[in-house]
Amino acid sequence: MWNWIQRFSSPKHFYSMSVPLIKWLSISALLIGLYGLYLGLFVAPTDYQQGESYRIIFIHVPAAWMSLFVYMVMAISSGIGIIWQIRLADMVAAASAPIGASFAFLALVTGSLWGKPMWGAYWVWDARLTSELILLFLYLGYMALQSAIDDQRSADKASGLLAIVGVVNIPIIHYSVEWWNTLHQGATVTKFDTPSMHIDMLIPLLLMALAFKLFYATIVLMRTRNEALYRDRNRRWVRELVEKL
Amino acid sequence: MLEVQSLECIRDDRQLFSALSFTVAEGEVLQIEGANGCGKTSLLRIICGLRLAEAGRVLWRNALIQANREDYYANMVYIGHLPCIKAELTVAENVRSLLDTRSLTVTEDILQDALLKVGLGSYDDVAGKALSSGQRRRILLAFVQLSQAKLWILDEPLTALDTQGVALMESMIIAHRDAGGSVIFTTHHGMLLDGKMHSVQLGRQIKAL
Amino acid sequence: MLKAFYHLLVRDLRLAMRNRHELINPLIFFVLVVSLFPLAITPTPDALQAMAPGVIWVSALLAVLLSLDRIFKLDYEDGSLDQLMLSPNPLMILVLAKVFAHWLLTGLPLVIIAPLLGMFMSLPAEAITVLIYSLLLGTPVLSLVGAIGVSLTVAVNRGGVLLSLIILPLYIPILIFGANAVDVAMHGSSVKGQLLFLGAMLALSLSLAPLATAVALRITAAR
Repeated sequence: MWNWIQRFSSPKHFYSMSVPLIKWLSISALLIGLYGLYLGLFVAPTDYQQGESYRIIFIHVPAAWMSLFVYMVMAISSGIGIIWQIRLADMVAAASAPIGASFAFLALVTGSLWGKPMWGAYWVWDARLTSELILLFLYLGYMALQSAIDDQRSADKASGLLAIVGVVNIPIIHYSVEWWNTLHQGATVTKFDTPSMHIDMLIPLLLMALAFKLFYATIVLMRTRNEALYRDRNRRWVRELVEKL
Repeated sequence: MLEVQSLECIRDDRQLFSALSFTVAEGEVLQIEGANGCGKTSLLRIICGLRLAEAGRVLWRNALIQANREDYYANMVYIGHLPCIKAELTVAENVRSLLDTRSLTVTEDILQDALLKVGLGSYDDVAGKALSSGQRRRILLAFVQLSQAKLWILDEPLTALDTQGVALMESMIIAHRDAGGSVIFTTHHGMLLDGKMHSVQLGRQIKAL
Repeated sequence: MLKAFYHLLVRDLRLAMRNRHELINPLIFFVLVVSLFPLAITPTPDALQAMAPGVIWVSALLAVLLSLDRIFKLDYEDGSLDQLMLSPNPLMILVLAKVFAHWLLTGLPLVIIAPLLGMFMSLPAEAITVLIYSLLLGTPVLSLVGAIGVSLTVAVNRGGVLLSLIILPLYIPILIFGANAVDVAMHGSSVKGQLLFLGAMLALSLSLAPLATAVALRITAAR
């Protein structure tokens, strides 16, 4: 079993094995995403309060979900890397960080675009957006630490530990920000109430969430492949690969 | 006593050594030989449990050192390249605070004896910042002497020492060995002792991965 | 084990006492930063009071942040950290001793000087009392969590900005609850909830942060 995992998780094996996976993931991400967008933009009914502007949730909400999800992936694979010394897990964590940060950034931008018609300003200190901003900072801290340490192995371990500490802190940060928000602003307009949401809005939302997940899976595989090539650039399997070209 | 099993060390995409195995029994001295950059310090830090090997394991009394830290660290002492000396503390305080990390306390007499032996007899209340680098290394010699450790791991112990200091180090190692202790050390200076020691050569199998 | 804790604590305090001029710097920084704010606005008592909890807490945060390096930097540079890691005593206990020393040398002085700053900012007496309590509960958390950050960045050259980048987001809950406690006390409401939260954070970080710091130190030493 252990040998199998070791072999399976070798960067060389991963590099060749991930090709078909990327193909199918990217195709399904594209198809589901297009269908979800079609349903969301053209089929879903107009919101009786917010008009058409609510449709940005089909990007905003999946992006916000993904930004949290990717952080979890990062922390878990960092944990695997630290405990079992699996290099591939470290590579996945390092490859995930910029993607997660982009999702967080996207959620912030779409959130503030949505906020303009809702609140009359691009930025008010809304609890969810503030939490998202802090999450972006956590990502940036992780990436800064990762790139500041020269030795690759300790860079992975150090930033991995930071990701784990971050995961412990995220719920605390989230609830303190929420509490702070209700205290200072009273009840803000909740963006959307899931239970009362129209089924025609919910389906495209879930489709978009699925498409975002598949998109992330595609990109993380591609980035991990690059990471493996870059890190192992002086190793034999990469040199042999280059010679074949 | 100490057993090293098929260690592998990788640094900057180069395999410095692999399948490296040896044992150090009681009363044995082992010199790690090799040119600069062949992984001597890395090997010593792996043996100390400060660095993780890519593969292989280090056993102390038949147990993994990582699983047996308390017993292992109570019985070994490591001296690296860095002086471990605080400029603000006196010589005596420096030795005592080093011993404190091992939960050891010594009487004033024993401490004075040890300082005398390493040639710092009249320096006990001089602050660390006033010492030369050779004198700082001598503080470490006093620490090693008082550490009650069975296994000494010394990385370049002769650095900054004068001829007298080198002779002192040699005699300390011999005395420790004859009392049943073990020593693992690296050095670029010739340290022949009295011929009764083993050696491991590194650097012959460095290769790209 | 307790002996090892005590010896290391005494060693760190003694080292600090022989470098007294460095000891006072974070304190001066704290007072200085707080006194900058009234200069930047029209210092009416109302305006000062409104911003006081935030200003004092942010300044305390920054003062602690700037002094965090002290926990491990020198020990890393002269090799003493290796010796600590090779101690037969649990590394967590030694970490705890060093963090406690750091708090005694920076956090506690901040708590003691805080009433003065409360007066600078026209805080009423009840609010000053709560300020002291909140700092007393909050600053140890800052030291404990900060120690994780220092142990990760201690080997990085010019890691100061990096340290703030990775640690400040983790300080946010403490800032929110600490400043809010003072704010609420100013308006005469009960601050039990806020102080309980700070206490809970202290308990949580007391149990988890030394563990994380010990792991981080081993990672740093392994390079």
